[in-house]
Amino acid sequence: MDYWAGYGSIALFLLVALIFGLITIILPKVLKLLGLVVRKPNAVKYTTYECGMETIGPSWVQFNFRYYIFALLFLVFDVLVVFLYPWAVSLRGGGWAAFTAMAVFIAVLLTGFLYAWKKGALEWR
Amino acid sequence: MDLQAVAFYVLAAMLVVSALAVVLIPNVFRAGLFLVLAFFAVAGLFITLGADFLGAVQILVYVGAIGVLLLLAIMLTRDVHHGSPGNRLWLPASVLGALLLGAVSWSLLNTTWADKAAEMPVPATAALGASVFDLQNGFILPLEIGALALLAVVIGAIVLVGEKK
Amino acid sequence: MDWLHWLFYVGVILGAVPVMVMAFIWLERRGLGRLQLRPGPNRAGPFGILQPVADAIKVLTKEDIVPVAGDHWVHFVAPLVVFAPAMLVFTVIPFQEDGGLVRGLVPDLNIGILYIVAVSSISTIGVFMAAWGSNNKYSLISAFRSMAQVVSYEIPLALAILGVVLAAGTMSLTGIVQAQAVPFIVMQPLGFIIFFIAATAELNRTPFDLMEAESEMVAGYHIEYSGMKFALFYLAEYAYTVGISAIAATLFLGGWKAPWGVGPQVGVLWLVVKILLVFMVILWIRGTFPRVRVDQLMGFAWKFLFPLSLINIFIIAAESLAWPGLPWWLLFPNTAIALVLVVVWSGLFRLGGGRVQV
Repeated sequence: MDYWAGYGSIALFLLVALIFGLITIILPKVLKLLGLVVRKPNAVKYTTYECGMETIGPSWVQFNFRYYIFALLFLVFDVLVVFLYPWAVSLRGGGWAAFTAMAVFIAVLLTGFLYAWKKGALEWR
Repeated sequence: MDLQAVAFYVLAAMLVVSALAVVLIPNVFRAGLFLVLAFFAVAGLFITLGADFLGAVQILVYVGAIGVLLLLAIMLTRDVHHGSPGNRLWLPASVLGALLLGAVSWSLLNTTWADKAAEMPVPATAALGASVFDLQNGFILPLEIGALALLAVVIGAIVLVGEKK
Repeated sequence: MDWLHWLFYVGVILGAVPVMVMAFIWLERRGLGRLQLRPGPNRAGPFGILQPVADAIKVLTKEDIVPVAGDHWVHFVAPLVVFAPAMLVFTVIPFQEDGGLVRGLVPDLNIGILYIVAVSSISTIGVFMAAWGSNNKYSLISAFRSMAQVVSYEIPLALAILGVVLAAGTMSLTGIVQAQAVPFIVMQPLGFIIFFIAATAELNRTPFDLMEAESEMVAGYHIEYSGMKFALFYLAEYAYTVGISAIAATLFLGGWKAPWGVGPQVGVLWLVVKILLVFMVILWIRGTFPRVRVDQLMGFAWKFLFPLSLINIFIIAAESLAWPGLPWWLLFPNTAIALVLVVVWSGLFRLGGGRVQV
């Protein structure tokens, strides 16, 4: 199967999957018209669920800053992964030179990783 | 019109609409979601240009990492539901934006574009790796400089944590 | 483009995945019941086999409740954003070696496995959308936990897959299966261990299900969802489980191939058997291990899995340069290295202790 047919199939499949999901969501609304699905509106029913209590204060509270640090670390190593994939595919052609180049690349990043470990940035507290 | 052209125009329209939505929607979280959609459309455009590896990387890094980072940053800010407020600097900002748009369109219109679509390498990833890790004409030094830039990001992130303590 | 081929496989994927999900839900509830010394669902039909059908009918006729405080549009779209990527994973799984209609939708996509890694990273956005749209504190905390966890385990997962790509020299899933004269689970035991743990964490399944820890978060990010929207989340979750099992079967267990070449040469059959095998192990783990704590979870990903996955890559890379054909006897040194590394590295650091803040 050639390039265009492959990606075309995937794109059209994505479209079909979205429509499938949409129909799944809309189906109960159709069944409601037929009287198969109940709808008994009630002010309490549409409040935010919190173990039976009324919610106190806004939900948008400020979260632990630590989540952001892990997301940043992830971003850095995700870029590393992106570099590694073409390297892996062409390694047998590149030989030991490519191996060494990538070893240096990873060694540089690993100093950052070890620094993060030593500084305690990998601890969750 | 063939199917590839249809795919291109659909994706381009999606990109333009979602980019406009990012700017025009007052709700910051929804604007962020449209930015993610714009990233996704760009990935699609890369694939229509024959760069499937780049398309996958666009989804992996921009949608999966930067998009998440962005939504996280939006959630970490205070009073998101008030939306993005008006700003006194709108006049200089719009002048600057117009200038930038002019510069970009001018350079786009005055570049002679070489048409490379005919000689597209189909299994692009192996060719890409081979050209990056070639000893004579490769890009090994830029690669290592990229490693240093990423190292700076790691250290910067850790310094940020240190200041929060 | 071959429209008949496309239509056939879209039908197969959209039909077989929900059926398999229903079968697996039944299997999981029965199996978990056995592991916990209780019968599990046994009322609807023989052995409770109609239980998923009953659940589906219940969920279809349930009232759809949208909290007034939430963001309605985001609340509506979120299930789709979680569901569609889960389905997209199946487009590149090869079912069989033969040409013609019986191979898979796009089994020889040349960026195959990278495509799977990329597509499955989209659903985090959907989780965020669900939490934001619900405007519920439990949902938000759950989404944050889910993000931190998925993001941390995605790196070791991608690096473990990279070991397979190195050995096969290609990212196409068909190529990877063909490269497995000896299944990669034997050739790269360390890679498989890392892949399996990271995949379990990516799926947010039981030792790593902090995002829906019932005792703390009630139900997780989809707490405000009911009816078919909830069903879509549930379907997506199990479709991912089936998907990860299929990927594990393809990358490490030899995909469609019959073990040692014996038995009926029906690729789909062997693939389903292997998917079932991986799924049973995931289920067994769920019934056995207690839930980890958030600091242990993050520490484990970054201090154990990440360095080991890097070491694994360099071992495989050096081997594939020294012996380009990767002869079968490499499994002895690789197994020894895996054992030694896991034991030694576990002694290098401690997890846990102290108070933890969410």
